Amino acid sequence: MSLTYETIQKKLTEKFGDALTNWQQPYGMLTFTGPKDLNLKVLQFLYDDPELKFQFLTDLQAVHYPGQKNEELAVVYHLHNLVDNVRIRFKVFTDINKPDVYSATALYRSANFMERETYDFFGVNFIGHPNLIRILNVDEMDYFPMRKEFPLEDQTRVDKDDEMFGRGGTMGFGTEKEEDGPTLTEDHKHNEGSKIL
Amino acid sequence: MSRPVQYNAKLKTVEPPEGMMGDGFMATSLEKVVGLARQNSIWPLPFATSCCGIEFMATAASHYDIARFGAERMSFSPRQCDLLMVMGTISKKMGPVLRQVYLQMAEPRWVLSVGACACSGGIFDTYSVLQGIDQIIPVDVYVPGCPPRPEAIIDGFMKIQELVGEESLRRRNGEKYKELMGAYGIQ
Repeated sequence: MSLTYETIQKKLTEKFGDALTNWQQPYGMLTFTGPKDLNLKVLQFLYDDPELKFQFLTDLQAVHYPGQKNEELAVVYHLHNLVDNVRIRFKVFTDINKPDVYSATALYRSANFMERETYDFFGVNFIGHPNLIRILNVDEMDYFPMRKEFPLEDQTRVDKDDEMFGRGGTMGFGTEKEEDGPTLTEDHKHNEGSKIL
Repeated sequence: MSRPVQYNAKLKTVEPPEGMMGDGFMATSLEKVVGLARQNSIWPLPFATSCCGIEFMATAASHYDIARFGAERMSFSPRQCDLLMVMGTISKKMGPVLRQVYLQMAEPRWVLSVGACACSGGIFDTYSVLQGIDQIIPVDVYVPGCPPRPEAIIDGFMKIQELVGEESLRRRNGEKYKELMGAYGIQ
């Protein structure tokens, strides 16, 4: 009998009960959220269980939701069962002021580089990681680029033309006001993000 | 009896510099002769990072042959090359590496910046891309394009040849050159 999403959900709720919430299937992939203290326990259970056998960590990334206070950074694990070809997604939320999450390096060797990348771009501190330093950016960089408050463009340029880059200029892109609301450019400055929970 | 050459008969050869010619000797200025020799035998170092590197490969292949202009031997060692051709996006992490390669080159050396990313960061105006290699090394000729066609790269190369041919032998020891290098922090 092949592994179904109902089986997975049943086994996880038997073991962890109400700790795992927000069971969804966006685009047909089972997704659930867990508390960050339990993340290693959940991953270990999914790895060891003879029926579940999620022994391949496909991806480990983070998402920044500036709008959700106390839970701004989501660390997302994508797991794959190679035998039954089933994929699930496990999310863990953490506060941006104290972004400590236990490192999955002891369980999955591939998590080593992926956690370094997540640290480099989002600032998530993985406890227990053997070598948590920047991997893709310059070593002297002191901010975390993928957080929403940092602009994409290099700030040292002085010769970029607003007209050509869709900001203001003669056509007034992004400066139209509609009934006392913010203009597009002003709105983007706040970057509230959307509430996802 | 050998067949006479039928095709490719109109070959362009390099003009000798003006000077006094006699029976078995020729007298010109040293700068002209040295410039002539240097400009027609430039050994480039292809520092190909991304897409412009592919265009360079096309330029070096048989259709748009860059060996016609003297670049027959691509040296990959900076100690043995004349021209550093930077082709492709240089990220901020790669910057010190490029500078190191430039510093290892022996005088006289020239730099050709190929493509929009090497000239100014190109379309990648982000936190991770160096906005133009002239922030770290002095550049002689910029070839714009994304990517520039092989003809454009050859055009840039020919401009470098002009620069090489006209360069004074004393330029590298002069004050202005020292100031230029000082602006980049190079001794």
